[in-house]
Amino acid sequence: MASASALHTTPLHSVHHALGARMVDFGGWEMPVQYSGIIDEHMAVRTGVGLFDVSHMGEIEIRGPEAGALADLVTTNHARKLKIGQAHYSGLLYEHGGFVDDILVHKVAEDHYFLCVNAANQEKDFEHIGSHNHLNAEVEFSSPRYAQIAIQGPRARATLQKLTPVDLAEIKYYWFTDGEVSGTPARIAHTGYTGEDGFEIYVPPEEAQRLWREVTEAGGEFGIKPCGLGARNTLRLEAKMALYGHEIDATISPLEADLGWIVKFDKGEFVGREALIRQKEQGLTRKLVGFEMRGRGIARDGYEVYLEGAPAGWVTSGSPSPALNRNIGLCYLPAAHAQAGKTIQIIIRNQPVEAVTVETPFYKRAK
Amino acid sequence: MVPENLRYTKEHEWLLVEGDTGTVGITDHAQEELGDIVYVDLPRVGTALAQASPLGSVESVKAVSEIFSPASGEVTEANAALADAPEKLNEDPYGAGWLVKMKLSDPAQAGSLMTAAEYQAYVGAEK
Repeated sequence: MASASALHTTPLHSVHHALGARMVDFGGWEMPVQYSGIIDEHMAVRTGVGLFDVSHMGEIEIRGPEAGALADLVTTNHARKLKIGQAHYSGLLYEHGGFVDDILVHKVAEDHYFLCVNAANQEKDFEHIGSHNHLNAEVEFSSPRYAQIAIQGPRARATLQKLTPVDLAEIKYYWFTDGEVSGTPARIAHTGYTGEDGFEIYVPPEEAQRLWREVTEAGGEFGIKPCGLGARNTLRLEAKMALYGHEIDATISPLEADLGWIVKFDKGEFVGREALIRQKEQGLTRKLVGFEMRGRGIARDGYEVYLEGAPAGWVTSGSPSPALNRNIGLCYLPAAHAQAGKTIQIIIRNQPVEAVTVETPFYKRAK
Repeated sequence: MVPENLRYTKEHEWLLVEGDTGTVGITDHAQEELGDIVYVDLPRVGTALAQASPLGSVESVKAVSEIFSPASGEVTEANAALADAPEKLNEDPYGAGWLVKMKLSDPAQAGSLMTAAEYQAYVGAEK
């Protein structure tokens, strides 16, 4: 294990320590896993508002006349179809169809795309995009220029609105605008990784501590809580959002991960397209599906899944669901069986425990 | 902070010895490290356990943690209240959050465990 001094830290590192957060090594980053407790933080986001330091996330920018063409070559979703000020979820794939990373693509201008990528993958992503850049677009590794704070929950808008002249009600879901938060230039995106309404703001690192304090004060009347990676994980799992290294990795394709909606075959050539077409023609062998435990026990990442008495797949994520009060999870099963209503067994410490596949997402917010 | 009348393991279990009866739990430090405990898996009454063998497990929202028996003996009672109220482990680890009682085959084994002062120093050094 890397020593503490070798870990990356965010501009909010000292704030987390002052708040008494429990810190963990997350993909080479020393990050808060929890402050008051995962369930408490989780419920704050579901019923009020929570704030997260997600400055570990990476940023990569593509600029120039060929920016859109390169974005469409290296991602699965149709980047050039985005309107200026719009964002979408997408995949970066290898030629063989497995994930390099899952990312958010923001179209800032016709000649400027802003990518938000996973912390542990950012260098790999940058190299990958560069290796396909025969179009001579300008590709910038811009992570050091941004801190990112997520404000999430039904009271997120009311909280952030106090700090910005931008009318947040005018920013539609998965759109963004460049404005100011508390006098500081900020990219304000109506996005999130919690399944709840909320915003993610990209701000200069040197302003992060002041903005964190101001957001905390602004959310005081709504009981705002700082939230760590533990709650971020349970929230995203309830909303069935993929986590790299769990639901997806270099060996898994978007079709298998039930992410066919981010693959736009009709947009033309993109890295991984041939492999996905082949996979589609031959039929999928496995597919991601959600389940709920019926027996007593909690499924965890990596546990074996049995179907009709034989090994059939594996758990990618599993946890108690604080909002639903059930034990939930995601697993890979043979594609023919990856549908709701199947009885399966999760092997928990050598004992088969019954579960049943269910429709996902597990949790859907009221609109 | 750390009760004086108990003995402690390096894996953060505690043992209370009363005659040949042992009561086993996890320490305040252990529950603090685990966070919100949501599930407890305990052995059946009658299970024979060797010292340091797996006794059961405790799960927080985030992870599973195995519990090891601090002494050898036979389980005489498992704390049934934890099935519906696992949070007792967080709230009262040295009291209502006890895990099992056992008939100790050798109460003198407690001598191989840490005293409160030793455990306090051990936890301090671990940080």
